[in-house]
Amino acid sequence: MTAPQFEIQLIAVVVAVSCALPGTFLVLRRMAMMSDAISHSILFGIVVAFFVVRDLSSPFLVVAAALTGVLTVSLVELLNRTGLVREDAAIGLTFPALFSVGVILVSRYAGSVHLDTDSVLLGELAFAPFNRLAVMGYDIGPRAFYLMAGIMLLNILFIAVFYKELKLATFDASLAGVLGFLPGFLHYALMALVSVTAVGAFDAVGSILVVALMIAPPTTAYLLVDRLSLMLAVSALLGAVSAISGYWIAHVLDASIAGSMASMAGLLFGAAYLAAPGRGLIAITVRRVRQRWKFAQTMLLVHLYNHEGLPAEVRENRIPTLHEHLKWDHRFAERVVAAAGRQGLVESRDRRLLLTDRGRRAAREAMVG
Amino acid sequence: MEFLGDLLANYTLRTVGMGAVFLGAVNGVLGAFAVLRKQSLLGDAISHAALPGIALAFLLTGSKATLVLLLGAAAAGWVGTLFVMNIVKNTRVKYDSALGLVLSVFFGIGLVLLTYIQRMPVASQAGLDRFLFGQAATLLARDVATIGLLGAGVLLIVLAVWKEFKLLCFDPDFARSLGFPIRWLDVLLITLLVTSIVIGLQTVGVVLMSAMVVAPAAAARQWTDRLGAMVAISAFFGALAGGAGALTSSVMERLPTGPTIVLCLTVIVLVSLLVAPNRGVIWKWARERVNRNMLQVEAVLADLHVLAARHDDPGHGHPISVLRTMSIGHGGVDRSLEVLRERGFVRKTADGTWSLTPRGLEEAKRLEGRRGEGP
Repeated sequence: MTAPQFEIQLIAVVVAVSCALPGTFLVLRRMAMMSDAISHSILFGIVVAFFVVRDLSSPFLVVAAALTGVLTVSLVELLNRTGLVREDAAIGLTFPALFSVGVILVSRYAGSVHLDTDSVLLGELAFAPFNRLAVMGYDIGPRAFYLMAGIMLLNILFIAVFYKELKLATFDASLAGVLGFLPGFLHYALMALVSVTAVGAFDAVGSILVVALMIAPPTTAYLLVDRLSLMLAVSALLGAVSAISGYWIAHVLDASIAGSMASMAGLLFGAAYLAAPGRGLIAITVRRVRQRWKFAQTMLLVHLYNHEGLPAEVRENRIPTLHEHLKWDHRFAERVVAAAGRQGLVESRDRRLLLTDRGRRAAREAMVG
Repeated sequence: MEFLGDLLANYTLRTVGMGAVFLGAVNGVLGAFAVLRKQSLLGDAISHAALPGIALAFLLTGSKATLVLLLGAAAAGWVGTLFVMNIVKNTRVKYDSALGLVLSVFFGIGLVLLTYIQRMPVASQAGLDRFLFGQAATLLARDVATIGLLGAGVLLIVLAVWKEFKLLCFDPDFARSLGFPIRWLDVLLITLLVTSIVIGLQTVGVVLMSAMVVAPAAAARQWTDRLGAMVAISAFFGALAGGAGALTSSVMERLPTGPTIVLCLTVIVLVSLLVAPNRGVIWKWARERVNRNMLQVEAVLADLHVLAARHDDPGHGHPISVLRTMSIGHGGVDRSLEVLRERGFVRKTADGTWSLTPRGLEEAKRLEGRRGEGP
C-alpha cells in the first residue's frame, strides 16, 4: 500500500464516520430526506460564498454552507407552514431550485471557479492527497484529512455535550419542550451540523453520496441494535468498513471511489436486511414458519382433547381422516402428527390418535392460557 | 417574433422543443397523482435508481439506442421502488430512510458502473453522462419519437383507468371494499410513473428529474380542487416549463438543460403559491384583511348601539374618545366610522360627536339579531 493509498483510505474513513454520526439522528428523527435536500442545496451556498471570497479553501465557505443548510430547512418549513404543500413536496420543491441555481452558476462561470458539475456529483477523493497542508514549511499531510478530522471532532463534541438533550428531543420532542430543552434550537443546530459535515464530505465524495454515507450505515445499525449509544458506534464502524472496502473495490475496478463506498454501504444494509438477528428477512421467515408449525400442533392437541372420551372420538380422531376435520392439506397433517409423536405428545393405536399425558396437559394449557 | 420564426425554421430546436414539451406534460400528469398520494419524493428515488440501469443496459448490450437505455433505466427504477416498499413493509426502517438509502446507494452503484465504462477501451461509451444533468441538445428526432410513443401510451392508460386512479388517490380503503384490485392499480400507477420519469432522464437528468414530477403538480394544486382540472393544469405547467427551459438552454451556451427547466418550474410554483385564487398567500392575506375590517366596522356600530340604548334620544352624539375606549381589543375606530358614514349608518353632529342614523339603528338591530341566533 502506497502512502497516497493510505491517505485516501484515512480520509475516506474520517468522512464516513463524520457522516454516520449526525446521520444516526436524521434516521431516528425521520428526516433522512433532509440530508438529500441539504447536500444538494449547499452547492448554492458554496458557489455564492466563492464569488464573495474568491477562494475555494476559505473557512468562510464552510460557514456559508452551514447557513445554506439552515436556510434550506427554514424554507421547507416555511413552505410547509403555508399549508399549501405537504412536507415531502416542500422538500422536493426547495432543493432542486437551490441546486439548479448552483449548477447554473458553476457552468456559466466554469472558467473562474475550480468546480465543475462532475466533481459536484462525483467528488475527487483520488486527488485529495495532492492537496497538502503545510505548517511552517513542513508537509504535515493532506488538507482534506485535517478538514474532515476537524469536522468529525466537532460532531463528536456536539453529540457528547448534548447527548442527553438530543436523545430526549429525538425520542420525545414534546417532553423535551416541556422540560425546557429547546428542541427547536437543537433541531437547527443539528441541521447546521449536517450542513457542515456535508460541505466537508462534498469535496471528497460528491453531493449525492454524502446521502449514502449519512443514511445507509445508521439505517443498517438501526436493524442491528436497540440503544442510541450502540447505534452511533455501530453506524460509525459500518461507515468505516464501507469506506475501506469501497476503496479497494474501486481500486480493482478502476472506478469511482465514492460510488463504491456507497455501494458497499448498500451491500452492508442488504446483508443486515437479510440476516439481522431477530429482524432480518431470514429471521422473520424462520419465525413465521416456526409459529405456523407450533400453531398447527396446538390445534391438533386441542382437537384431540375436545373429542376425547366422546362417542365421536372414533370418527374424529382417526388418522386417515384427521386432515378433513382440521381442514388441512393431507401431507401437512401427516407431518404435524409425526412431529407431535416425536415429541411424545400423541400416540397412535389402530389408526386412531390418542393424547399422551403430556399431550393432554399441553392441550389444557393452550385452552386456558 | 424573430425568435419564434427561428424556432419554427430550426429543425434541431423544433425537435428539442417538442420533446421537452411532451415529457413535461406527461410528467405533469403522473406527478399530480404522485403528489396527491404523498409520494412526492418517490420520483427522486426512481430517477436516481435508474442510473445503474442505464449503465447496465449499455454494458450488457453495447448499444446506446435510446430505447435500450430507457428500458434498463425503467427496470432499475422499478426495482428501486420495489426495494423501498419491501424495506418499509418488512422492517422497522421508516419510509424516508428507505428512500434515502435506495436513492443514494443505487446512484453510487450507477457511478461505479459509469466510471468503469468510461475507462473501458471501447470508444462508444461517450455520452452516457448526459443522463446526469440532461442535455436537451442531444435529443434526436428518433428520441423524440420514442418519448412521444411511450408518453402517449402512458396518457392513454391513465385515461382508461381514470376512475380507478381517482379512487386510489382519495379513498383506497373504499376502493378495496368495492372490489377494485388496489395492489395491481398501485403497481400500474408506479409503473406509469417510472415510465414517465425515465423518458425525461435524457433531457433533464437523473439529479433533477424529481422536480419535473413534484413542481407542476404542486403548482397546479393551488389553482383548483378538482382532480381533472389539476391534472390538466399540471400537464400544462410541465409542458410550459419543459419547453421554455429546454429551448433557452439550447440557444444559450453553457446552460445545462435540467437546472434551467427546474428554474422555470420554480417560477411557476412561486407565482402559483402567491396569487392562486382562494389558496394563494396574497389571496388569503387579502381575505383576512377584509374580514378583519368588516368585524371592526360591525363592532363600532354595535358600540354606538349600546351607547344609544343608554340615552332616551337615539340621535344623541357620542365623542370619539368614548368609542376608542370601548374598542380596545379591536381598534380601527376612525376608519370604521368613515366606512359607516359612507353607508349612511352614522353621522357626525355639529359638535364633532358621532351618532346613529335611523338606518344605522336598524342595521345595528339586525346585526344584533344575527349574533343572537349564532351558530
